[in-house]
Amino acid sequence: MSILVYTENWDGKFKKLSFELVSYASEIAKQLNTSAIALSIGEVEENELKKLGNYGADKIISAPGGKLNVLDNQPFSKIIFEVANKENSDIIIFANNYAGKALAPRVSVKLQAGMVSGVTALPSDYDNFTVSKKAFTGKAIANVVIKSPKKVLTLSQNSFGLIETDNNSIIENYSPELSDADFTTHVKEVNKITGKVILTDAEIVVSGGRGMKSSDKWGPIEELADLLGAATACSRPVSDEEWRPHSEHVGQTGKIIAPNLYFAFGISGAIQHLGGVSSSKYIVAINTDHEAPIFESADYGIVGDVHKLIPELISEIKELKEAEN
Amino acid sequence: MKILICISNVPDTTTKIKFTGDNTEFDIAGVQWIINPWDELALTRALQLKEKSDGKIEKISVVSVGLKTAEPTLRKTLAIGADNAIRIDCEAKDSYSVAAQIAEVAKDYDIIMCGIEASDYNGSAVGGMLSEFLNIPSISSVSSLEIEDENIIINREIDGGTEVLTTEIPFVAIVQKGIAIEPRIPSMRGIMMARKKPLNVVPPIKVEVLTEFANFELPPSKAACKMIDAENVKELVELLHNEAKVI
Repeated sequence: MSILVYTENWDGKFKKLSFELVSYASEIAKQLNTSAIALSIGEVEENELKKLGNYGADKIISAPGGKLNVLDNQPFSKIIFEVANKENSDIIIFANNYAGKALAPRVSVKLQAGMVSGVTALPSDYDNFTVSKKAFTGKAIANVVIKSPKKVLTLSQNSFGLIETDNNSIIENYSPELSDADFTTHVKEVNKITGKVILTDAEIVVSGGRGMKSSDKWGPIEELADLLGAATACSRPVSDEEWRPHSEHVGQTGKIIAPNLYFAFGISGAIQHLGGVSSSKYIVAINTDHEAPIFESADYGIVGDVHKLIPELISEIKELKEAEN
Repeated sequence: MKILICISNVPDTTTKIKFTGDNTEFDIAGVQWIINPWDELALTRALQLKEKSDGKIEKISVVSVGLKTAEPTLRKTLAIGADNAIRIDCEAKDSYSVAAQIAEVAKDYDIIMCGIEASDYNGSAVGGMLSEFLNIPSISSVSSLEIEDENIIINREIDGGTEVLTTEIPFVAIVQKGIAIEPRIPSMRGIMMARKKPLNVVPPIKVEVLTEFANFELPPSKAACKMIDAENVKELVELLHNEAKVI
């Protein structure tokens, strides 16, 4: 047997998320006394592929091909299925992100493998294979048993961390047999926002709610985000009012994030909002209402006016950074 | 053209979550049930497409796997505007079995829409599994869907942007916020008409369940929030730097 992990690339590069996945797969492989195999699809240079070995991949399989540089669910899941069969993989691991959510279910059906998404830790039992995940959008934790011989997991981002090891990996190429008919969705145009920190990758997120009062008051939030290398976000009423784009909405029906630090400015903390941010390691809340529910979930809080306090926060952080230099 | 929307019947998003039977089962006592928010947006978009299709979209159906208790939610989809509802008469046990059940009734449809996840067990799997059972294309994280003449034009959200894609019918669109902004609310006339629209109950097929919930826990409660005086922002910065070590 073996553990297979699908490591997506972004324009030929891996991210912290990729290394976290490999660390997780390699730890499971160790406990089951087997090997961890990373699978990369699309064009990735050898130097980049090798990095996966630093986190415990015993073997790295690369399926290059220009047509495989954009996600197309049918050919991608076919490749993952073929490699899982070739390598006799019993557990196949994906990220719980856009690509993982698109591919894992298809691979699960191909392998008749039970699937658990958004897993937050190592299996608690291997004989009666049990993993835990969040349910009810963070309001509960579910322990789920997979009964089928093959298993598919998607791992929640930032839930496991990185484990560096000696690199003893080998790299192998895999050439899938694909014809034009295998490609069933076609990307015509890519629109990427450049120069901004991607919300789901960000270590720090600066977020504003209705308490910010209007769309033209976002300057200080953007300034603080720039200063900290953070991403900007907002609560649902803010995106519904179109003060900020929908892509910034964090919460139950928007994005679910897990940064190290989350600033909630003028956000009251409705239960639906907390569902999207409760996995943050630290939450800082500033709100004029001392009874706002956000303070029950926050680690640090100030009762006060965001318009006065954010600029003060910016200057204090600047001072700290200058003192450090 | 016919569109099928997969519907999950889920607890209202403000529900206080409790468990019974030694924490092995979700406690449904007093729970208000709603259409899963993303499924409701999918239905809203499908109705918009039908209205401007000049008759080319002839039918919008909804399907749900569940017991009779799911019927008020299905009636609500009919009141919002779906033409007919199908209830597959068994408990929804896991994503795999639910997708296999839906695949049986989904074969005759051109576009199948599923929400990106259900707000109860957050599986994010049924749409993708369904497309694989049917062996048809799937596009996930869909934030807009247009039909221009015969062409399907889809926006897919990716990390830090969007892509514009095309595909051929039949396909599965797994949708998220953006597909519609606000869910449509049933009108009084819609509610009256819903009573006369067909809600067919079909027997389940025999299918394996591959995962099961062993038990549930409530998340550990958080330590009390450390309150800092509004006159002392410096203290907050020091705590973030020295105690939390996050800046």
